[in-house]
Amino acid sequence: MKSGSHLSIWFFTGLCLGVTGALIFATGIYEVMSPPANKVVLYELHANVWWGAILLVSGLFFGIHFSPANERKRMAGKS
Amino acid sequence: MNLALLLLNSNTLVHLSAVDIVIIIFYFALVLGIGFYLKGQANTGEDFFMAGREMTAWVAGLAFLSANLGSLELMGWAGNSYRYGILAAHWYWIGAIPSMLFLALVMMPFYYVCKTHSVPGYLKLRFGVGAQTISSISFALMTVLMSGINMYAMAVVMKVVLGWNMDFSIWVSAGTVALYVALGGLRSAIFNEVLQFFLIWAGALLIPILGLIEAGGWHGLQAKILQNLTELHMANPGSYTHLWSTLGNFNNNPMGINWAGIVFGLGAVIAMGYWTTDFLVVQRVLAAKDLRSAELAPIIGAAFKMCVPFIVILPGLLGLALLRDPHTGSLIRLVPADQAWSAAGQAQGLHGYDEVLPLMLARYCGPGLLGLGITALIAGFMSGMAGNVSAFTTVWTYDIYGALINKNASDESKVKMGRWVTIIGVVISIGTAYIAAGKPSIMDYVQSLFSFFIAPLFGTVLLGMLWKRATPAGGWTGLLAGTLSSVGMYAWVKLDPNAVRYVALSMDAQDQAQNMFRALWCCLICVIVTVVVSMLTKPKPDSELKDVVYGLTPIPKAENVGFWHSPYFWGGVVFVIFIILQIIFW
Repeated sequence: MKSGSHLSIWFFTGLCLGVTGALIFATGIYEVMSPPANKVVLYELHANVWWGAILLVSGLFFGIHFSPANERKRMAGKS
Repeated sequence: MNLALLLLNSNTLVHLSAVDIVIIIFYFALVLGIGFYLKGQANTGEDFFMAGREMTAWVAGLAFLSANLGSLELMGWAGNSYRYGILAAHWYWIGAIPSMLFLALVMMPFYYVCKTHSVPGYLKLRFGVGAQTISSISFALMTVLMSGINMYAMAVVMKVVLGWNMDFSIWVSAGTVALYVALGGLRSAIFNEVLQFFLIWAGALLIPILGLIEAGGWHGLQAKILQNLTELHMANPGSYTHLWSTLGNFNNNPMGINWAGIVFGLGAVIAMGYWTTDFLVVQRVLAAKDLRSAELAPIIGAAFKMCVPFIVILPGLLGLALLRDPHTGSLIRLVPADQAWSAAGQAQGLHGYDEVLPLMLARYCGPGLLGLGITALIAGFMSGMAGNVSAFTTVWTYDIYGALINKNASDESKVKMGRWVTIIGVVISIGTAYIAAGKPSIMDYVQSLFSFFIAPLFGTVLLGMLWKRATPAGGWTGLLAGTLSSVGMYAWVKLDPNAVRYVALSMDAQDQAQNMFRALWCCLICVIVTVVVSMLTKPKPDSELKDVVYGLTPIPKAENVGFWHSPYFWGGVVFVIFIILQIIFW
């Protein structure tokens, strides 16, 4: 959705999911290498690693697919 | 006060790490950035109040749902599912899906074709200034009051869960919402609501996934709940995981309600009233770019609404099954909020029903994920508040200022008024939050007051759209009679608790059951009074009812698209899935 603007809402969504996912993924990797003293329930599943990775990949998809450069290409194709 | 001290309290339910705080701060920076980015695109009334009426079905549909997904909605209904079991899911299924589909396929064409800016604006076109005035003043008043008490409740939860200073929570969250809505208007609110929708799911979805793994799947969860509630000697322990089979009698289920209250009170009146006439949600759909998008938006919202019990109801049930003291192994029993948040409750380490979601969050989420979960709760609060504020601003500017105070206001002055009223609305909300802090019982009254207006308003709007014989006098007297009768029934039960047997048909009826039946009666009273007064008064000529009444409104034909693009097709798909869910969890 462009709404007459240059940046799509989906680009902002990608930015948010990507940055958050990267932070969670990096924290998860750090916890795997250096396990905390107080572990959460089901720590052994390393949810922050795979959940962070899912968010990061989703964010990259939205961020790249709806990036300003790709939006300009789509607009040029329509006109 | 030092920011770090405000955010890193050690004596709390959960403890945030540095990465959690970075995630929260990044979220605040992003929503403010979006507000500043969109500032230049909110220069006309259509831009500021209706987002230019250019939203796609997906954006309008997600914003439609997100405006309703406040954090108190998330935490409150997770708490209700802990208290009442899976019966709480009725508020997401029969209490939402049929009415969202009804809005999409029956009512939306009238709202959209008449190009109204608001629901009170529709009432003006259909019934005249009297009904518009009652509706707009009550809506504006209740919206800012609700926004304020929600803000207070949110601040209390943040204090209990995170140890955050209440003034800090109130001013930072309210200030952020005021800034981005005042800058970019409805477009900014909708952009952020879509963002918040994704954050809410990203932050909350992990709890039911990990919870079901720990509980051993749905059947393991059912077995654990039965075992725990039997151990606690609770009545009807088997009823907590069944949607319909325990609703034959009032006393067979934890809510004290029967199927008639759920079907007619909740599904046919309260849900219909909320989802089809509450301007807070309808405004998002009115911003759609064309009629087909406006019809598809509530259907998209309904499809996602059906999934919300997974992140709200399931965590409450998981709390019933899994929460045990890590040291003694005994069951942790949550209690009502006033008991938990009292000095004695805090000294004993009690937790309120509404804390079940943060408790489950703390159970499974380590650094990073915890920050995301807390951001989801904050995002929920802010999307709900932005919804209230943007709807209040539009109703004030068009239906009170433009209709009663300055009828010749220019478009430019309305935008200016809209920006200022956004700030003023937030300031009034903050004031209400502090009043609630001094007198918490006011929260019950204001929440009840809000429900007084929704049920009769549905009766008035529905008759207005579908029955051309309804007259202006019938419309506003019916609305007034319905509202006053609802207030009267509420006061009657407050003064004489035995009156519950008449209002809710059973002395076993809990608060939610009373709300259902009160809504049903006041809507019926509204309809009866509207019909009787209309038959005794002169109707408007057909020429004045064009574009607002069924039979006199030419509905534009959709462009030649395949059936898979038809709102009726997708509405049918959503309805079939809704029926299947009722059978699965019967």
